[in-house]
Amino acid sequence: MSEVRVLVGTHKGAFMLNSDGKRKRWDVSGPFFAGWEIYHFNGSPADPDRLYASQSNGWFGQVIQRSNDGGKTWEAAGNKFTYDGVPGTHQWYDGTPHPWEFKRVWNLVPSFTDPDTVYAGVEDAALFRSKDGGQTWEEFPGLRKAKGNLWQPGAGGMCLHTILIDPSNSKRIFVAISAAGAFRTDDDGQNWRPINRGLISPNELPDTTAEVGHCVHNISMHPSRPGVLFMQKHWDVMRSDDAGEMWHEISGNLPSDFGFPIAVHAHEPETIYVVPIKSDSEHYPPEGKLRVYRSRKGGNEWEALTNGLPQGNCYVNILRSAMAVDSLDSCGIYFGTTGGQVYGSADSGDTWTPIVRDLPAVLSVEVQTLR
Amino acid sequence: MIRVVLPPHLRQLANVDRVVEIQVKEPLTLRTVLDALEARYPVLRGTIRDYTTQERRAFIRFFACGQDLSHEPLDAPLPETVASGAEYLMVVGAMAGG
Repeated sequence: MSEVRVLVGTHKGAFMLNSDGKRKRWDVSGPFFAGWEIYHFNGSPADPDRLYASQSNGWFGQVIQRSNDGGKTWEAAGNKFTYDGVPGTHQWYDGTPHPWEFKRVWNLVPSFTDPDTVYAGVEDAALFRSKDGGQTWEEFPGLRKAKGNLWQPGAGGMCLHTILIDPSNSKRIFVAISAAGAFRTDDDGQNWRPINRGLISPNELPDTTAEVGHCVHNISMHPSRPGVLFMQKHWDVMRSDDAGEMWHEISGNLPSDFGFPIAVHAHEPETIYVVPIKSDSEHYPPEGKLRVYRSRKGGNEWEALTNGLPQGNCYVNILRSAMAVDSLDSCGIYFGTTGGQVYGSADSGDTWTPIVRDLPAVLSVEVQTLR
Repeated sequence: MIRVVLPPHLRQLANVDRVVEIQVKEPLTLRTVLDALEARYPVLRGTIRDYTTQERRAFIRFFACGQDLSHEPLDAPLPETVASGAEYLMVVGAMAGG
């Protein structure tokens, strides 16, 4: 019998939501690491019992937690994230130089094949990798050489928030940084280059088509087509069919093309999901109606999914790492809100139910499909 | 034996009670106490002092004997009553918010 485990990181701890393959009844456990911010909580594809959590807060800094038994027990792993060499400066909000300072880990992505190998995207933006289960971390300094002196923080900080490893070629990795853009390596992280052609940021950048500086919010891919990327930018939903060489807009009939997460259906590579947010100054759904939008044509033509979601007086946000899919035959999709709800759909988004309603603000959602 | 009071988040992290007792070799300073504390509880490395600079994290304060020692040099001698164990050295998360 299949099982689903939803890993939820919140503003005040981590939670696990467990169900069988029917996804009707859920067992909620947690909080783990109560009182700490859990920016990301993720499991290893190679060993589902190996879990990693990024635990931090403004007082006591960064801790990495690791479980070898599916979350029954935890141990602190290494938390020494030291930039390679002298990192120099990036741009501050006003364009002046600002020194690189480590603040926290936003994203933890384990390797597809080795549970001890895990990537960490951090603020101030950089990519680290551990090959010993999180005990020690080594930076990929080549990433910051991709015009890092011109990167600048978004409202959430200058964070490397998205890491996508090509399932067919582990030497190819995509990352996204706010507000720097998207970047790609084809040689296991030694060399990186910006992949931002086609992005336009008229309200954010003096050079609207600059090579770097775009505020990319999230990128997704389907594992069967790693060259096809979908992006939710600060404004605009975008698509690339050539591994980021060129992007084109697919916002189409969305009520707003501002938003944070973007997800791809587990079995339909052209079916994608976004959650439109009114604007960069009003971080809540347009008209107070919480609507997931689905395109079955890879963008441009979108349908609102509302069945089971609040259609009035809803003013929550859905953060960039807070939407994920399972891989059961009838694809499940899940997202968490800043109001503490985690909604789930077991039918590709046609109908939704709240799994939990009153967690702390949700920072991240990941799903493990356990067979 | 030095008695150190930890804030709740760090007690949870190190899996200890409010007060931990640690042996510290002379000279008795904030630096030597923190060195001994981190040696006994490695999970606390990076949570009180920045890993790279070894400076006190911005929202951490040190109190003892009714005084704020947060801005004392790390190598300054601690009060005799802390050295004797009569008084606690308190590691405090600064007030911030409500």
